[in-house]
Amino acid sequence: MDRDGELIRLVDLHKVYKVGEIEVPALRGIALTVQRGEYMAIMGPSGSGKSTLMNLIGCLDTSTHGEYWLSGVNVSTMDDNELARIRNREIGFVFQTFNLLPRANALHNVELPLIYAGMGLADRKARAREALTAVGLGDRMHHKPAELSGGQRQRVAIARALVNRPSLILADEPTGNLDSATGEEILQMFDELHRRGNTLVVVTHEESVAARAHRVVRLLDGQVVSDIMNGHPPQPAVDIHAL
Amino acid sequence: MKTFFWDTVEAASIAWGALKANRVRATLATLGIVIGVMTVVLMVTIVAGLNASFKKQLSLIGAGTVYVTRFPWIMQDDFFLYRNRPRLTLRDAEAIHRESLLAEAVTPSVDTMRPVSYGSTVLNGVFVVGAGDDYQKTENVMPEVGRFLSRQEFEANRSVVVIGQEVADRLFSARNPIGQEIRIGAHRYRIIGVLEKQGTMFGMSLDNQVIIPLGTLMKHFGRRRDLTISVKAAEGVRLVDLKDELTGILRRSRKLGPGDKDNFSINERDQLMATYNKLTAGVYAAGIIIGGISLLVGGIGIMNIMLVSVTERTHEIGIRKALGARRSQVLRQFLIESALICAVGGIIGVGLARLGGAVINQWLPTSMPISVAVGSMAFAALVGIFFGLYPAAKAARLDPITALRKE
Repeated sequence: MDRDGELIRLVDLHKVYKVGEIEVPALRGIALTVQRGEYMAIMGPSGSGKSTLMNLIGCLDTSTHGEYWLSGVNVSTMDDNELARIRNREIGFVFQTFNLLPRANALHNVELPLIYAGMGLADRKARAREALTAVGLGDRMHHKPAELSGGQRQRVAIARALVNRPSLILADEPTGNLDSATGEEILQMFDELHRRGNTLVVVTHEESVAARAHRVVRLLDGQVVSDIMNGHPPQPAVDIHAL
Repeated sequence: MKTFFWDTVEAASIAWGALKANRVRATLATLGIVIGVMTVVLMVTIVAGLNASFKKQLSLIGAGTVYVTRFPWIMQDDFFLYRNRPRLTLRDAEAIHRESLLAEAVTPSVDTMRPVSYGSTVLNGVFVVGAGDDYQKTENVMPEVGRFLSRQEFEANRSVVVIGQEVADRLFSARNPIGQEIRIGAHRYRIIGVLEKQGTMFGMSLDNQVIIPLGTLMKHFGRRRDLTISVKAAEGVRLVDLKDELTGILRRSRKLGPGDKDNFSINERDQLMATYNKLTAGVYAAGIIIGGISLLVGGIGIMNIMLVSVTERTHEIGIRKALGARRSQVLRQFLIESALICAVGGIIGVGLARLGGAVINQWLPTSMPISVAVGSMAFAALVGIFFGLYPAAKAARLDPITALRKE
């Protein structure tokens, strides 16, 4: 897979919600480029539009105006089914509330993206086992979410996010429902994923979480107010303009 | 194609899990389907059973034979109109015998109810048939033991009798009745044969009869009797043609003018069949209407429960959509679920109909055609798909974000 170059390009992205007769702008012209292999945090107070931005990047929602290019494909013009396919193949979600199916065991939860990708029984079981083993849950595959701790549930969710080998891992307050020790475990896992070349975008309001990322984008009132590099990004910002 | 297969399997297993989790609710929801399927299948079971038994009974009446009578088998007019008709007489029978080219055999016969006794045992209400000499050619009677009436016995009006199985059993039990003397009314008859077992026709035992020569019956019990003339068509002759010919012969023999209506009736087996079919068509229609209404009500129940299910599982749908489930995949999941609920209802319905059929079988013959059992289960599943369409479409159209937010 091509590890270099641009993964996400947002061009003048707008999102307006209609509440009855009133139009509420949530995003007002976001322009953002994310390189492959970046670890980026999106921060902002509530109402700043960071959830809206995450939904758009995750292809869970479509913009009112502007363009969204993912892996060189214009996603903003896609219909429902095409977006479902993009979510399935290109994006791995990690949610604050884990969002596992309560009746299914860990293995089946991890299998779900592969089922919707149409993979056969034997292959997908093997892939799901591999993913669960990678997050250290090889011995918990047949446990239901209710039988797992918060940290273990989030690791199941990470295994599920990774199982289809997506180009983007999109996390929404991934440590929000965890105690600090468990949260730290998850963040270490993210560090490791980043080291291996995955692209991560984490939406958070916690400075400590954002500090782990190499780039922090801050939103306010639907606009980017700052875009700062932490430490040593694998792709310096200057390269973007050089392209 | 591969995707289709796997998410159908996935959908079926989800549906099964959901059903198991809500067993009581699913059972109650499918009650309407159960009742609908049970009604239809039970109705068909009964009618099919009656049909089979009716056809078997009708086969005792010869297919190539017509029966000339004063009263038609199926009365379409006032009884009194028929009662005013003159009787059918031996003269009519002789006329047919003499003039018909299309008949192979002509047999006048008459029946009457008499007590039959042997020693001190008395049987009341036995059918006494006075048979003409070609009786065996037009009717389906065979002696099992002994022999049938002979030509000499017919011609000489002998006091000999062939008795039915039931009469033989009740008068003689295990003993051999051949050669014994029984009384019919006040007269003595020697037994020369016992008929094969014939079963019942329309609730009447055909084995509770005795057959004596027609002449003997008239001599002993009176001549002014209303005859039935059985006419068997010759090989290859159509019954319509035979009926036409007989009508002509009888009109002449009974001296009817050109404007007079026939004062006799020519009956055949198919008439009974047609009337019977008309009757059972009514029963069928009633069953299908009742079953159809139950299925409709049941289907609405399914729609309701599926709407509840979709609402309850909105969050699940959100998760599935976030992970890449397409609209069609969500739609299929819920359609399969409602089809499954209904198919289970159909299976229960067929099972209950089967039980009901077994109970009814004690009074009425029943038989459940396998095609109806399978067909009604499939139809129940179709009802599920039809009424599941709206809730499933609702689930499929859910916005992933809204659905995810709902806990």
